[in-house]
Amino acid sequence: MTANQLSTRGLELRYGAKAVVQDLDLELPGDAVTAIVGPNACGKSTLLRGLARLLDPAAGTVALDGADIHRMPARALARRMGLLPQQPVTPEAITVEALVRLGRFPHQRLLAPWSAADQAAVEAALERTGTLPLRDQHVDRLSGGQRQRAWIALALAQDTELLLLDEPTTFLDLRHQLDVLDLVADLHTDAGRTVVMVLHDLGQAARYADHMVVMKDGRPAAAGPPGEVLDAELVASVFDVDCRIVPDPETGTPLVVPRDRAGRRTAAAPA
Amino acid sequence: MVRQAAPPGAQPSPRVRRWAPLFLIGLAALALCAASSLALGARSVPLSTVVAAVFGDGHGRDALVVTGLRLPRTAVGLAVGAALGVAGAVAQGITRNALAAPTTLGINAGAGFAVVTAIYGLHLSRPAEYVWFAFAGAAAAALFAQALARRAGDIDPVRLALGGTVLQLVLLSWTSAVMLASKRTLDEARFWLAGSLAGRSLDVLWPMLPAMVLGVVLALAIGPALNALALGDDAAQSLGVPVARIRLAGGIAVVLLAGAAVAVAGPIAFIGLAAPHLVRLLLGNDHRVLIPGCLVAGPLLLLAADVLGRVVVRPAELEVGIVSAFLGAPLLAFLARKVAR
Repeated sequence: MTANQLSTRGLELRYGAKAVVQDLDLELPGDAVTAIVGPNACGKSTLLRGLARLLDPAAGTVALDGADIHRMPARALARRMGLLPQQPVTPEAITVEALVRLGRFPHQRLLAPWSAADQAAVEAALERTGTLPLRDQHVDRLSGGQRQRAWIALALAQDTELLLLDEPTTFLDLRHQLDVLDLVADLHTDAGRTVVMVLHDLGQAARYADHMVVMKDGRPAAAGPPGEVLDAELVASVFDVDCRIVPDPETGTPLVVPRDRAGRRTAAAPA
Repeated sequence: MVRQAAPPGAQPSPRVRRWAPLFLIGLAALALCAASSLALGARSVPLSTVVAAVFGDGHGRDALVVTGLRLPRTAVGLAVGAALGVAGAVAQGITRNALAAPTTLGINAGAGFAVVTAIYGLHLSRPAEYVWFAFAGAAAAALFAQALARRAGDIDPVRLALGGTVLQLVLLSWTSAVMLASKRTLDEARFWLAGSLAGRSLDVLWPMLPAMVLGVVLALAIGPALNALALGDDAAQSLGVPVARIRLAGGIAVVLLAGAAVAVAGPIAFIGLAAPHLVRLLLGNDHRVLIPGCLVAGPLLLLAADVLGRVVVRPAELEVGIVSAFLGAPLLAFLARKVAR
């Protein structure tokens, strides 16, 4: 049984001449939900792209259960690790089912017919994401929340034990954010998937993740269980926000409450 | 809950049921077009005579017109139309751009310019000699259009269409300049450059067939990957698609198909743009169906335009390149509006 453990050694990721992530040693636990958080431009999405092999490292390695992912064949990696990009392209007039069927790509061979196993994986993915009633509808006509569930269904049909999600809740309203996060939590607890996701909201990350990586300027400022990692000092140093951390009244996980900035605003404004 | 799940192990039968009849209708329409292409023209030939001539027991002038002129012309039309249609589908697939086609990317114009330059500089006079120049010109134009469109490592669809169109105009003006510089080149190339199926013998088609077949096989092979590529480069890559290699294979297919088509018939506009859109409208966006569909729709459109060109100004005729440009321009305008939205 593999653990689906991602790790990096001396990882450096660049966009052109700019090093976004530098000299990064990171261990992400297998069989857990990990949230990567941090301020804008801290390199969290870049890190996820590096972990998903969408970006070639300028230095260092990314390993999945000890094996360098850059030495694995593309299809073999795609059978172990799925990714939901932040802004995937929805082809014109594609139905939900046709979209989800594309998730079977790494399992198919040229000229090999669509198998019962393929169909079963698609049905299961539609079922789990609640998109069965939408299967014949066009994806570009769905609401944002429905569309996101269709995309998650595609990643599920890919049938990988490890799932990477890049800001899966962006552009969704609160209810649909929670729907998506609940779905992700179920994927871990019911289906045993290992999840690594980039999130924006610290409270949501603390609620839904077992492990948290807080990034700042391309380096991890802290990593560990949210209850141990998230404190006022860290938020002040990483996000430059003065806050109190209180236990979430619902779950007991840390909740970030920014301090009232009324005084600060008047102080900052020139008279 | 709301809807019964499909029976386990179900084949994609609804899809097959949907596209199989449309395919047959398409083939029937193509057969009808081919028959009209054999029968109609400056001199109309009754279908019975056409059938007799094709099966080798026709006699007289009508039969000679059919076997000697119209049969090669129709065969060339079938092959060139199929090549252009598939080239368009692949070009749109690898660039994720509904406006991409051998014409709009400047590939046809690149092949045309290379051939005219070769006619001018190397005194070529037979289309069989044009072919390598057509390939080289098509490949160079394809590479150049890609380079124009590249921004931050990815291909910008708007820049691709704009850059390709500008490239096409520049190449067309250079082509005109070369032709005006030499009367011999003008005479040699004018007819070929208008884009025509008339007077092309099968001898011109044979050497091109291997390139066309290879291009179609490549296109069919990358069909499933093109479906995944439609989700964006990141999503495709995480599905295990070797994105760069698929783009390269698709680019080679487009250059082979468009280069061969231009070498045989001259640059014919808009067939490569229109065929994929027609098929997509009827059969959807699955490249495993779209590419075979273009094998039927391409020749269908090209032969229909060719027959139309023979009929409208009878007893003279309009070159098919002129007819297709005339009909295709409004289509491009319509698609551009749709893409811009």
